[in-house]
Amino acid sequence: MEVENGPGWEIVIGLEIHVELLTRSKVFCSCATGFGGEPNTRVCPVCLGLPGSLPVLNAKALEYAVKTGLALNCEIASFSKFDRKNYFYPDLPKAYQISQYDLPLCRHGYLEIEAGGVRRRIGITRVHLEEETGKSLHAGTSIVDSPFTLLDYNRAGIPLVEIVTEPDIRSPEEARVFLEELKRVVEFAGVSDVKMEEGSLRCDANISVRPRGASRLGTKTEVKNMNSFRAVQRALEYEAARQIATLRAGGRVVQETRHWDDAAGVTRGMRSKEQAQDYRYFPEPDLVPIVLSPEQIEQWRRELPELPAARRERLAREYGLPAYDAAILTASKKLADFFEEAARAFPDPKMVSNWVMGELLRLLKAENKELDQVPLQPSDLVGLLSLVRDGVISGATAKEVFEEMFHTGDPAASIVDRRGLRQISDEGALREIVRRAMAANPDAVQSYRQGKEKALGALVGAVMKETRGKANPQLVNRLLLEALREAKP
Amino acid sequence: MEIHELTLTEVQDLLDRGELSGTDLVEGLYTRIDAVEDKVQAFLELDRERALAEAKEAGKAQIAREADPGPRAGVPVAVKDNVCTMGWKTTCASRILFNFRPPYDATVVARLRQQGHTVLGKTNMDEFAMGSSTEHSAFHPTRNPWDLTRVPGGSSGGSAAAVAAGEALFALGSDTGGSIRLPAAFCGVVGLKPTYGRVSRYGLVAYASSLDQIGPITRTVADCALALGWIAGHDPLDSTSLAAEVPDYRTFLRPEVRGLRIGLPKEYFGEGLDPEVRGAVEKAVQQLEEGGAAVLEVSLPHTEYALAAYYLIAPAEASSNLARYDGVRYGFRGEGSDIVELYSDTRRRGFGDEVKRRIMLGTYALSAGYYDAYYLNALRVRTLIRRDFEAAFQKVDVLACPTSPTVAFRLGERTDDPMQMYLSDIYTVPVNLAGLPALSVPCGLNHEGLPIGLQLIGPPLSEGRLLQVGYAYEERRGPFPRPQL
Ligand SMILES: [Zn+2]
Repeated sequence: MEVENGPGWEIVIGLEIHVELLTRSKVFCSCATGFGGEPNTRVCPVCLGLPGSLPVLNAKALEYAVKTGLALNCEIASFSKFDRKNYFYPDLPKAYQISQYDLPLCRHGYLEIEAGGVRRRIGITRVHLEEETGKSLHAGTSIVDSPFTLLDYNRAGIPLVEIVTEPDIRSPEEARVFLEELKRVVEFAGVSDVKMEEGSLRCDANISVRPRGASRLGTKTEVKNMNSFRAVQRALEYEAARQIATLRAGGRVVQETRHWDDAAGVTRGMRSKEQAQDYRYFPEPDLVPIVLSPEQIEQWRRELPELPAARRERLAREYGLPAYDAAILTASKKLADFFEEAARAFPDPKMVSNWVMGELLRLLKAENKELDQVPLQPSDLVGLLSLVRDGVISGATAKEVFEEMFHTGDPAASIVDRRGLRQISDEGALREIVRRAMAANPDAVQSYRQGKEKALGALVGAVMKETRGKANPQLVNRLLLEALREAKP
Repeated sequence: MEIHELTLTEVQDLLDRGELSGTDLVEGLYTRIDAVEDKVQAFLELDRERALAEAKEAGKAQIAREADPGPRAGVPVAVKDNVCTMGWKTTCASRILFNFRPPYDATVVARLRQQGHTVLGKTNMDEFAMGSSTEHSAFHPTRNPWDLTRVPGGSSGGSAAAVAAGEALFALGSDTGGSIRLPAAFCGVVGLKPTYGRVSRYGLVAYASSLDQIGPITRTVADCALALGWIAGHDPLDSTSLAAEVPDYRTFLRPEVRGLRIGLPKEYFGEGLDPEVRGAVEKAVQQLEEGGAAVLEVSLPHTEYALAAYYLIAPAEASSNLARYDGVRYGFRGEGSDIVELYSDTRRRGFGDEVKRRIMLGTYALSAGYYDAYYLNALRVRTLIRRDFEAAFQKVDVLACPTSPTVAFRLGERTDDPMQMYLSDIYTVPVNLAGLPALSVPCGLNHEGLPIGLQLIGPPLSEGRLLQVGYAYEERRGPFPRPQL
């Protein structure tokens, strides 16, 4: 379908995001969290919902949920409570999810983003705490037509925050940018590691379109099953275009839930059997209400680490970096931490920034790895840059060394020594080699003197050949020029 | 001396003196069970060998700490089948859990075991504690030891009947709307429903979480004080359990009521109250008055709405609590070609009619469009009822009233008329809605020789005072007869 959301139409998007919190134990029992593991090994009577078991709130999960709200500029409720959301599904062992309904922990927040050069403030309606479900593994495509389904409850009971935005987002691109910034915020706040591929961040979207200038919102659809930020943007682009085309053709948008099919690049309406669910929310009688003192909330606010927007600003200011560099370096907390640790130990922050944004990101991308999956440490980069600065190795050699460091985590100096890459910067020795090179290449000397400056290259090449590339190139240049000048008849 | 004729207090004495062991108790009680269980059918699971093995194990642990001069333990306890017990099935008298063996002990059971006590067997009940006669057990009804053609009351009918019949010295029951007190009254034994949160609910299979509470059923008030001390206390696994210190309840066992103010709630002596029950309760109150207590009439004006509120709140919570029984992970599994059919068939065949009735009531009460009119209004009534009690306890120390408007009815008499059945709980339900403690003590027999229960209700955490009044009454009443079996 042709994307056609020209100036005549306005797109209105609201997002509903679920983020797994990074606590060591689950939200209502003491089972370990963590991705993977043998199925059904991190379970107990509570997270399996066995008869008679009762939930007990994990204080850390509460703290992380509140910190999420604080990081999103929310008001924190001094009194909130849990409710049961009732529905049947095999991965929901109690047939209800402990969630929050009318009194969520956090409300009325916002997150500022910059998309297409425009700064915008997206409202956060609410943030609440709830429990994760288990995982169903269908032998077929869905539970309806599978010959059998396997269930893994390791994930059941991992703490989850649900973040709901106001319908403030105006384009699919903005939705993607919002998610990227949100991911950074929760990561910087230290409450989640937000790995979308492991399902620790999931996003559903409500989207509608209306003729520009119209005051009433159009009929919305809910889009689900988007498994990457890119998928969110693509799905919403498709869905906006579909709705506009429908309306243009005189049709009506049907309020429904639609599944994004990433391979086909389309959204599809779900079987009409899946009617609006009545979850029969009611207060969870097994848990007492959450009462938070202003002192406790302030304490958590003070503990909140520096968030991405503040860090971007500070990196630019403190290290004299261009805004572009600061934005890239704060793409993740790990990257920003890496940069800062190196920049603090090296006098030229821009040089550090160039290497982090250049070689480091290039290799991470090429190998599809996360920063914490490689042995390279900031101190390794500092060691390497010091060798370059001191003229021990050339920039070209440094790239080779960096690649080895990236894979092995060995210090730059030992790689340089082991591979014999140390530059020859001894003037006396190089002067002798330069003399021999000129003697062996009289034609080149002749050409240079006749004004062919290019001939210098051949002489440099000869020196490099003899030193097996280890000669300090700046020094070789200078010595050659001096020698050529002196030897002038 | 027959073990089944002893009280728990006497048994504790013999244990302390080393004249009796836990295995003696298991043997003695199983001998009694062999003799009368055919008639009473109080138990769902009996296993002499397992009970003996548990007693032996507990005995060894005691010998290991012989130097410790503390009280000896080793009482085999009859446990209602909705309390999780490792090694023993926990079926809630439901087909849907017919084979369920929990991989953990309820906190009360764990506590009893830590103190050296053991499990005697699992007792019958109304399915998921929903009922007032134990006729709603999916397996078999239990009979009242005083008249085998009558019900023992419910839902803890098995526990009360077992104690009344001498098959157990102490049984655990659970009380959501009267399920300990009603069968205690019908069977002529003592039953205590503690303050909500006094005893951990961890491991009690939930019926209505905001109302459920585990409590002891024993033969005497002194036994009740002893047993309550074993099970009460804060539990970090139950967020609704209370942190308050547990007193030694036996220190309240003084036959002293001088200066005590007893309130008679007038709404509990109105229409529908059997004249013989009224007579027996009034006589009991008079005996306390003779002991120096002041008796005055009080009013709990919202009582008439209690039953309606209860039958919205309890089923609402039940509809959610019982949703997990879907045949997927444990228990009975029906058949079906897809998941929805599997759910339907499992629950259609796994649950009995009364359970299904309450699940439907509760689902309806919580549904969009009905929630405000039913569930929310019921919560408002609940608040009003709590305030009624608070106001009454400004004037009096305890309330005295009948436990039930009638004595035990005949098996089958009310099974076709749920409303009639629900009315058995009219005096017990308000107590659960308010989260208060209440004690039922036998206070006489009617002309047919059927027991009548006196209910004593107190403010939160007044278990000690209730036991004191109950004990003082018992002292004046004299020994209560035993059923002839
Ligand atoms: Zn667990």
